[in-house]
Amino acid sequence: MKLNVKIMPKNGVLDPQGKAIENSLSQLGFKNFSEIRQGKIIEIDIDADKDQAINITDEMCKKLLVNLIIEDYEIIFDREE
Amino acid sequence: MIKITKEIVEEHGINSEEYDFILKSLNREPTITELGIFSAMWSEHCSYKSSKYWLSQLPTKNEFVIQGPGENAGVIDIGDGYAAVFKMESHNHPSFIEPYQGAATGVGGILRDVFTMGARPVALLNSIRFGEVSHEKTKHLLTGVVSGIGGYGNCMGIPTVGGEVEFNSSYNDNILVNAMCVGIAKKDKIFYSKASGIGNSVVYVGSKTGRDGIHGATMASAEFDENSEEKRPTVQVGDPFSEKLLLEACMELMKMDVIVAIQDMGAAGLTSSAVEMAGKGNLGIELDLDKVPCREEKMSAYEIMLSESQERMLMILEPDKENVAKEIFEKWELDFSVIGKLTDTNRLIINHQKETKADIILDILEKGAPSYKRPYEINIFDDEGIKEDTLINDNPISILKKMIASPNLCSRKWVWEQYDHMVMTDTVLLPGGDSAIIRVHGTNKGLSVTSDSTPRYCASDPYEGGKQAVAEAWRNLISVGSLPIAITDCMNFGNPEKKDIMGQFAGVIKGMIEACNTLNFPVVSGNVSLYNETNGKGINPTPVIGGVGVVENLDIFSDQNLKRKNDFILIIGKTTGHLTQSIYANELLNYKKGLPPKVNLEEELKNGLAIKELINKRLIDTSHDISDGGLLIALTEMSMKNIIGFELKIEKDNLNSYLFGEDQARYAIAVEENKIEDVRLLLNEKNVFFEEIGQACKDKIIINNNNISILELKEIYENWFNNYLSKA
Repeated sequence: MKLNVKIMPKNGVLDPQGKAIENSLSQLGFKNFSEIRQGKIIEIDIDADKDQAINITDEMCKKLLVNLIIEDYEIIFDREE
Repeated sequence: MIKITKEIVEEHGINSEEYDFILKSLNREPTITELGIFSAMWSEHCSYKSSKYWLSQLPTKNEFVIQGPGENAGVIDIGDGYAAVFKMESHNHPSFIEPYQGAATGVGGILRDVFTMGARPVALLNSIRFGEVSHEKTKHLLTGVVSGIGGYGNCMGIPTVGGEVEFNSSYNDNILVNAMCVGIAKKDKIFYSKASGIGNSVVYVGSKTGRDGIHGATMASAEFDENSEEKRPTVQVGDPFSEKLLLEACMELMKMDVIVAIQDMGAAGLTSSAVEMAGKGNLGIELDLDKVPCREEKMSAYEIMLSESQERMLMILEPDKENVAKEIFEKWELDFSVIGKLTDTNRLIINHQKETKADIILDILEKGAPSYKRPYEINIFDDEGIKEDTLINDNPISILKKMIASPNLCSRKWVWEQYDHMVMTDTVLLPGGDSAIIRVHGTNKGLSVTSDSTPRYCASDPYEGGKQAVAEAWRNLISVGSLPIAITDCMNFGNPEKKDIMGQFAGVIKGMIEACNTLNFPVVSGNVSLYNETNGKGINPTPVIGGVGVVENLDIFSDQNLKRKNDFILIIGKTTGHLTQSIYANELLNYKKGLPPKVNLEEELKNGLAIKELINKRLIDTSHDISDGGLLIALTEMSMKNIIGFELKIEKDNLNSYLFGEDQARYAIAVEENKIEDVRLLLNEKNVFFEEIGQACKDKIIINNNNISILELKEIYENWFNNYLSKA
């Protein structure tokens, strides 16, 4: 079961990387954009059915992948198989 | 309008007496914004309400002090037109919640305290304390805090040159992260926070305001309980690159004659900076919050006033000079906004969205702030010595092996190697010794810096512990050959509403006062962190002392490393073999009763000044203060760097007490053969007690008939952290 974990800075938490990207883009002359936030995506292939995979990934997120204090995460499946 | 209920008042940490005073002073109910402002300004962190009475008794002046406590940082004269600016501050609770960001923003905050005064930061130190090594959170907190400190300091390009690391169960659920920064300024170019000039502009610079750390100051003053992890979303995230820009922008603007006053927005953010600046100038201040650069939409006046977003400053400028400043800050890609003006009303007026959200007489907030002389009781442990038969009969070498492989005595290299301690290329004496030395850039003068505390002494006898913390910082500056000038203090204690904890605070302060006076070593800045408890159990009282000294000539200083075979090993100061509260007793024998060694300040002064003279006269270049672990640990530390050992011939009945006792006012020095006569002469002249206990030798440590190779010791000494962290 292939899945992705999308990790983003929590709403309201300062995102220095997003801020840096925003600054650089506007220096390059891009206009009419705002609220850039940068997160990350982690791909995982788990040998289990969907429900189990969700449970396992959830535990991985809580124990290692995500800093729950400043990040939110979402488990995304590539496509319904 | 939010109705102010009893619950809301309580949530803001304001007691009923304090609330009655607010009602009476305002002659009406406060708005929620006003309540937030009161709560922040009257929190322990901003008002020092439990500690003020005691802190005000500390000596704060000597011939070098330019600015004592009450400013963003303390300032001392270091000669040749230069001043050193320094302070230490705690970031304990935020670091427990999110170790990386908590420690990083702690470093960021203390940097701003120093550069807001016009000084370029040149060194950082960190005293960090964690729970016992077997505690489930310790590894996570240790690695997070150390990388957070490194992350911020390294990005800023400021060397982290010293500090302490301690593990003790009293910090299991309440770690301590105390960050110190030292900066250098031109003596006639110091900037202060006292606002002046009615009609002058109040200017906001730096990063935007978000909902970070709302009520951080109040949170830092509230005891942790099981639900404290719920307070998580308020954690601030540090952005060292913005801070670097802010530093350079401030430095550039400070070269011009433009800034009337400046203060960083630290705990309680815009509230404390606005109130303190206007209050110091006996003026009023009017702010228009619609002009505050916000990161998020729909922020309320309450949130804007209490946000603790990082990397922000508040300045007072003359209106016709705004453009000069604006140009500089925009060049550095920082927000710049005129958000208000100074008035003659002595009122704090906050306008937001065409409404007045707060209107408070400043005196009520500042001078009206509560100050308590809380009941206290100074308790000391019973004087219970260790019974002879519980002493280990092992030979000293095997005890030594166990001790240097213990978490509180092993090498801290794993920690300080993660910090860039050489950036700026002015680090003359590297971390790992008694003090680090930083060159005053472009001169041949140096600053010596150290930070010290021995909490287990303070817990068993607060008064002696307070004396010891100051004396040890002084000793560490002396043993590199510098002249100790002044200190900053970071007072970490439990709940002051408990008599015995308040007694710990009072006792420690009394001890500090005496030591500061005798050693001419005043306090010029500091910070208090109370309520360091988890579920009602207090931490060991931890007054961390950051000391700064001056090395007049960088060609003449000393370090702790043995350099030559055959050097004579001398112990300066009397060794009685005081074992209770030593690391040997506490950690090897697990004996935690009894009293700490007494500090004889006259002896400290006499012995210390003699050591300084020996170094300054170039009679010695190797000296080390004897503290945690005692004499043999000190000598072992001296042998590690150059792999030069020593042979001791000691005939004592109580050999282990002699080698591992922690008597104070002692130093270990190594003297070249051709200088030993002069050294003896000088010490005798000064009436300083010393013992010649052996000589330096090749790569072995030899005590009477036992020996061990230094390489073998070094292996266990330097690998504790790696071994600890590599275990799952």
